Amino acid sequence: MAREVVITGVGVVAPGGIGSKPFWDLLVSGRTATRTITHFDASPYRSTIAAECDFDAAAEGLTSEEAGRLDRATQFAVVATREAVGDSGLDAAELDPYRTGVTIGSAVGCTTSLEREYAVASHGGRDWLVDPDLAVPHLYDYYVPSSMAAEVAWTVGAQGPCSVVSTGCTSGLDAVGHAVRLIEEGSADVMVAGGTDAPISPITVACFDAIRATTPRNDEPATASRPFDRSRNGFVLGEGCAVFVLEERERARARGAHVYAGVGGFASRCNAFHMTGLRPDGKEMAAAIETALVEAGVAADEVSYINAHGSGTKQNDRHETAAFKKALGAHAHRTPVSSIKSMIGHSLGAIGSVELAACALAIENGAIPPTANLHEPDPECDLDYVPLVAREAQLDVVLSVGSGFGGFQSAMVLTGPGRAER
Amino acid sequence: MPDLTLDELARILRDCAGEGESAGRDGEFADLPFTDLGYDSVAILETAARLKQEYGVVLTDDEVMEIGTPGRLLELARRQIAGAS
Amino acid sequence: MNAAVVTGIGVVAPNGMNTEEYWNATLTARSGIGRITRFAPDGYRATLAGEIRGFDPAAHLPGRLVPQTDHSTRLSLVAADEAVRDAGLDIGELPEYGVGVVTANSAGGFEFGHQELDNLWRKGPEYVSAYQSFAWFYAVNTGQISIRHGLRGPGGVLVSDEAGGLDALAQARRLLRRGLSAVVTGAVDGSLCPWGWIAQTATGQLSAAEDPRLAYRPFDEEAAGFVPGEGGAMLVLEDEAAARKRGAPGVRGRILGHAATFGPKPGTVPPDDATALRRAIELALADAGADARDIDAVFADAAGVPDLDRAEATALTAVFGGRELPVCVPKTLTGRLCAGAGPLDVATALLALRDGVLPPAVHTRPSPRYGLSVVVGRPRELRMRAVLVVARGLGGFNSAMVVGGSH
Repeated sequence: MAREVVITGVGVVAPGGIGSKPFWDLLVSGRTATRTITHFDASPYRSTIAAECDFDAAAEGLTSEEAGRLDRATQFAVVATREAVGDSGLDAAELDPYRTGVTIGSAVGCTTSLEREYAVASHGGRDWLVDPDLAVPHLYDYYVPSSMAAEVAWTVGAQGPCSVVSTGCTSGLDAVGHAVRLIEEGSADVMVAGGTDAPISPITVACFDAIRATTPRNDEPATASRPFDRSRNGFVLGEGCAVFVLEERERARARGAHVYAGVGGFASRCNAFHMTGLRPDGKEMAAAIETALVEAGVAADEVSYINAHGSGTKQNDRHETAAFKKALGAHAHRTPVSSIKSMIGHSLGAIGSVELAACALAIENGAIPPTANLHEPDPECDLDYVPLVAREAQLDVVLSVGSGFGGFQSAMVLTGPGRAER
Repeated sequence: MPDLTLDELARILRDCAGEGESAGRDGEFADLPFTDLGYDSVAILETAARLKQEYGVVLTDDEVMEIGTPGRLLELARRQIAGAS
Repeated sequence: MNAAVVTGIGVVAPNGMNTEEYWNATLTARSGIGRITRFAPDGYRATLAGEIRGFDPAAHLPGRLVPQTDHSTRLSLVAADEAVRDAGLDIGELPEYGVGVVTANSAGGFEFGHQELDNLWRKGPEYVSAYQSFAWFYAVNTGQISIRHGLRGPGGVLVSDEAGGLDALAQARRLLRRGLSAVVTGAVDGSLCPWGWIAQTATGQLSAAEDPRLAYRPFDEEAAGFVPGEGGAMLVLEDEAAARKRGAPGVRGRILGHAATFGPKPGTVPPDDATALRRAIELALADAGADARDIDAVFADAAGVPDLDRAEATALTAVFGGRELPVCVPKTLTGRLCAGAGPLDVATALLALRDGVLPPAVHTRPSPRYGLSVVVGRPRELRMRAVLVVARGLGGFNSAMVVGGSH
């Protein structure tokens, strides 16, 4: 019999809410966590807005050694992992180490630490030939981000397949998809999987400025992320993390685990078009959605909610709307869609996992988070985007999608625990 | 501030975005669409940034989207340079 | 499913810029390791690398790709081009979403990123290139290869340091099992810039020797670190029946089995603990449906660091018992290529299987106390059925792959 995978634990570090409960509370409130950047002086930059996490390492249980050594995104991952494992009720001592693996998604790895250390080793940017005496001993951990997976693996005692998945802005979705496949094929029984990124750093802000992808609506930071709105003009850079405990379904059932959702389907495609541009027809995203639905054994009219990529750029939201229509046909107009990037910004490689967490919590709590700041929909974006106010709903089948630089298009179908039982 | 010529603009484009694919194309370089030359939106943004650094030219998001040819870009840039001097 | 067969190989390495050039250089023990020329290495603890020199991107790639790509991405594209050509792959004849791309990476287009950090910190934010938004991140090679060849199947990118290259090939095989027609897969890696260099020297694992003949000596009593390099290999993997159906020009070999494990936290076990590596090897054999007796040679990870050498030797002797199983380290001619190492070792193993000859390691005199029969100095003729390839990543990543010949 085919092995299936369920989510039994969720941990989140998000702007406006550290921990899955504060995160969910933010989402259903429709409040936004986007603000003027405080992590560094962003005044010389085109976009000065970000969705920052108010993260106190010590308060979140990290030692000063960990806080000093680990990149911020890795810190997020460790904290979210501990929450997820605690939430799952799994006893770490009962895990078979070689049957437990880790997949962490990240688009930009330890870029913030790398930049911080670069400023030191280059004497403030003066020297191309950086000073080796100013290299911290763990610099290699920043240089190659598999260290993020290593740290999570050590946190849970995992010795099975461990790696980082780094497919740009779909990393968070793809990491979970990768972990699901490892369980399905029998390489692991438990996977700790998720995505993390903490990219709010000068080099990242500058590169998105250069490509004019982020919103320069600096005088209105709280309402700057406007997915699907006519006045949208770019995304808000964010940071964050979500980690899940994924288990083979029968194993979870045998131990009486609480199940948030089953992973019914996952698919990804490349648009092979352009590293940053999107064709308006959304064809490859639609193909990913269709394949994921087929795998889940779900018809278009059974999808009760779509969590959109909804980054708030002119091209994405148009592309995505077209993809939904292509994949779901007439049902696209009857299916609520929302983008939580309106509230927590776009945390690159993390966001796919954070959005999956929102989906799992939406199923759990019976409510759809809204799209904030949506006051005047773009006529080209004419679906039900759940503007401004959360909506109660029993969710049986939820679709989450992502799109990223490099042409990556991914889709995952989560099924409510009741459905997963069938 | 030195004047911006078409040749200079072509050099900047080449520097920022590589050799254009103008060989064998009919028409003056100035009038060939950027897309025909193989220059995409990122190439234009990169060129816009260089024009700002070297000539103080500032192009709005809308202008960047609408500029279709090297000739149009040259015209916009030269107008700003003339206005500044 | 049918076996996962390799139908195309592309190599870019410090001692050869295509497959046959690399293989000939390897068999004649021609090394690509030398003093770094990309930047002045004088002030650094390590000064040697396997550098790819004299590469002119404009000769291989369209002009507009050059400003937007890191050196390692350009090399990836060249290797992928060779692999696709070698496979005679005609994308237009395959299902619309039937061909995917999976690469591994370690530090991304790091040199490009260094350049942009320099621009930002020395000159200011406005001097950061728009290309920085996609030229350095770890997914760049998968993205650019997919665009260049119009490959719209699933795209994957794995990072597990030097184990990642084998993990990428395993992921490609996984996609074939799920119904994909073909996958362009592998890794081309390397960041020879000062900023990347001090990250690598900070580990203390790089050899400080200035003479290439004394620098990288895996399993030698005098082993004192390794030499890094840039390069790697890209492969085309296909479902065997699908390859036959489309009339693939030839099968270069097979991927028979794979497994990955992760070690316990350093400090909780002795530094030469071999348990997790041994488990990866055993699981890979099981995945291949093979016995230790079915393996005729090993391409070792060969860290050249005493504790790690000891661990690898312990794992190999535990699995293969008292057999005098030949151990190959062609990476003594190129340096350790990080994510590129595994795929290049796989390509080399397939060539060794094809020609019935094992490539030599150089400059090392392996100590008998490791109990390994390392092929040193000259190639050794041997008809083989299957080969084990081992790759490890810093932190405890272990990846093991069993590959077979074309028959």
